[in-house]
Amino acid sequence: MSANHTERRRPRRTPRHIPLHLVLAALVIYFLIPFWWVVVNSSKDSAALFGGTSALWFAPNIDYVENLKQLFTYNGGLYARWLANSALYAFAGGIGATVLSVLAGYGFAKYSFVGRRAGFSILLGAVMVPATALVIPTFILFSQAGLTDTIWAVILPTLLNPFGVFLVNLFVRDAVPDELLDAARVDGAGEFRTFVKVALPLMRPVIVTVLLLSVVSSWNNYFLPLAMLVDNRLFPVTVGIGLWQSTASTYGAAGTNLWSIIILGSLVSIIPLIIAFLSLQRYWRGGLTVGSLK
Amino acid sequence: MTASTSGAVPTRKRRRRTNLRQNVAGWLFVGPFGIVFLALLVLPIGYALYLSLFQKTLMTGTTFAGFDNYLKAFDDPSFLKGLWFVLRFSLVLIPIQMAISLAIALILDTVTSKFARFSRLMIFLPYAIPTVIGALMWGFLYSRNFGPIADVFGAFGAAGPDFLSNNLIFYGLLNVVTWQWAGYYMIILYAALQGIDPTLYEAARIDGASGWQIITKIKIRLLTPALVLILVFALIGTLQFFNEPKILQQLAAGAIPDDFTPNMYAYQQAFTLANPNYSSTISFALGAVVFLCVYIFMFATRKRGNFLS
Repeated sequence: MSANHTERRRPRRTPRHIPLHLVLAALVIYFLIPFWWVVVNSSKDSAALFGGTSALWFAPNIDYVENLKQLFTYNGGLYARWLANSALYAFAGGIGATVLSVLAGYGFAKYSFVGRRAGFSILLGAVMVPATALVIPTFILFSQAGLTDTIWAVILPTLLNPFGVFLVNLFVRDAVPDELLDAARVDGAGEFRTFVKVALPLMRPVIVTVLLLSVVSSWNNYFLPLAMLVDNRLFPVTVGIGLWQSTASTYGAAGTNLWSIIILGSLVSIIPLIIAFLSLQRYWRGGLTVGSLK
Repeated sequence: MTASTSGAVPTRKRRRRTNLRQNVAGWLFVGPFGIVFLALLVLPIGYALYLSLFQKTLMTGTTFAGFDNYLKAFDDPSFLKGLWFVLRFSLVLIPIQMAISLAIALILDTVTSKFARFSRLMIFLPYAIPTVIGALMWGFLYSRNFGPIADVFGAFGAAGPDFLSNNLIFYGLLNVVTWQWAGYYMIILYAALQGIDPTLYEAARIDGASGWQIITKIKIRLLTPALVLILVFALIGTLQFFNEPKILQQLAAGAIPDDFTPNMYAYQQAFTLANPNYSSTISFALGAVVFLCVYIFMFATRKRGNFLS
C-alpha cells in the first residue's frame, strides 16, 4: 500500500500484492458466474438442461446454432422485433434525454436568468424523486391522453433525466471558462453559436457519459414498458423475456422447451451493451469522475 | 458568473441589455428541459395527488375522499409490510454494498497489474446487464431444477439452501442487487480515488503516516462526497424496489406475494385490481417517503461534504 505513488508510474510486482490478487480473483469469479452459467447453458437443449448434466459445464452436445434458430423463429420471429424495439427506445430516449440535459445543464451553469435559483433548487429536488414511483401516475395520465400502448409511451418518459442536467451543470462550471465564452461574444458570435463552437467541444466527456447512462437506463427499462404496453410486438427485449419466463413458469413441464430459448435470449440481449461498454470505456470512466469529487 | 461584462462598471443601459440577453438565452437553453419536466414530472405527480384524493366505488361512483386514501394506506398491512421490507432491505443492503465497493476500489487503487485492470472491467460488467436479465440469471443459479447450488451441496450429501424460499428470499435478493450494483459504485469511487493528488500520500508518508492511516485519514475522507452520492442513489433505488422481485416472483413459488414491495403493490392495485385512485395514493405516499428519507439523510450529512451543495 505504501509504495503507491511510485508504483503507478513503474508497475512492479511485489509479493505483498499476492493476497490482494487472490481477493480480486475470487471477486472476478463471483461476478462472472452468472455469465458463465448463461454461456454454458444456452448451448444445451432442454433435455440436457433438465437432465442432470453439470450446471456449470457444457453438455456433450453443444448446439448454439439450433438454439439460435429456435430463438429467432419462435413466435414468428418476435425476438428480433423486441431487439429492434429496445434499440429504438434506447436511442430515441437516450439521445433526446442527452440533448435536453446538455442544453439545460449549460443554461443553468452559464446564464443568470430570472428563476434560475428556484429552477435549480427544483431540479435538485427532482434528482431525488424516485423514477419508478412516477411510472403509475404517468401511466394513468397517458391512458387519459390515449398514449398508452404506443412507442411514445416508452420514449417520452425516458426524455426526463434530471440527474443528467445536474452532471452537465457540474461539469460545465469547472470545464468551460467564462473568459472563453466572453471572447467568442466579443468576436460577435451569438449565444447559440458560442455554445456550439466553443462550449460543446469542451463538454465531450460529460456528453458521452450522460448519453451512455441514458441509453443504458432506457435499454434496461422494465417497469415503464411493462406498465405502458399491451401489444407484445411493441415490447422491448426485457419485457419480452419476462413474458416468456412467466409463460414457461406457468406451463410447468410443457414450458420446458421455452427455457433454452429464454436462456439464449438473455445472452443475446446483453451482448450489445457489453460491447458498447467495453469499446467506450475510455470515455465513460473519465466522465464518471464528475460529481464524485468536488 | 452573474454578469459577463468584466472590468469597467457597466452603464445602466448596457447592464439592462446584458440582463435581457442573459434572461432570454438562459431560458432558451433551459426551456426545452423545463417543458419536459412540467409535462412528465410535475403533471403526473399533480395528477396522482389529485386522484389520490378521490375514491371510486360501485355504489356511489367517484367521490371526494380527502385524505381517506392516505389514512387507509398507512393502516393497510400490505402497504406497511412492503414499506417495512424495503426499509429493512436498505438498512442491510446499503452498508454491505458500500463496504464491498469501497474495498474493491481501494484494492484497485493499489494494485496496478494487468489482471487488476481486467478485474475492474469484469466487476463492473453486471451494471450493463438489465436488472430483469440479472435477476433471471440468478434465478437460474438458485433454481432447484437447473442451478449449480444444489449440485455443489449434493456432492457433500447435503441439501443446498433454497434462496427462493420464504426464509431465504431476503438474502437471495440481497445477493442479486449487490452483484448488479457493487461494480458501478466501485467505478465511481475508483474514479474519485484516481482524482486525488498523489503528492498528498507522499506528504503524509514523510510525516510518518502508515498505509492504513493514509487509507482512513486521506483516501476515505476525500471520498466522502462520492460515498454520499452512492448512498443516496442506493437509497432511492432500494426503496422503490420492483424489477428483481417481480421477475423472481414466478420462480419463487409463493415467497414473493403481490404486495412484497410498495411498488409491486401499487402495480397490483393499478393493473390487477383496476383501482387507479388507491394505486396513485400508494405511488405518491412511496414517493413522499423516499423524498423524506433522502432529505433527512442529506440534512444529517450536510457538514461532511455533500454532492448537491
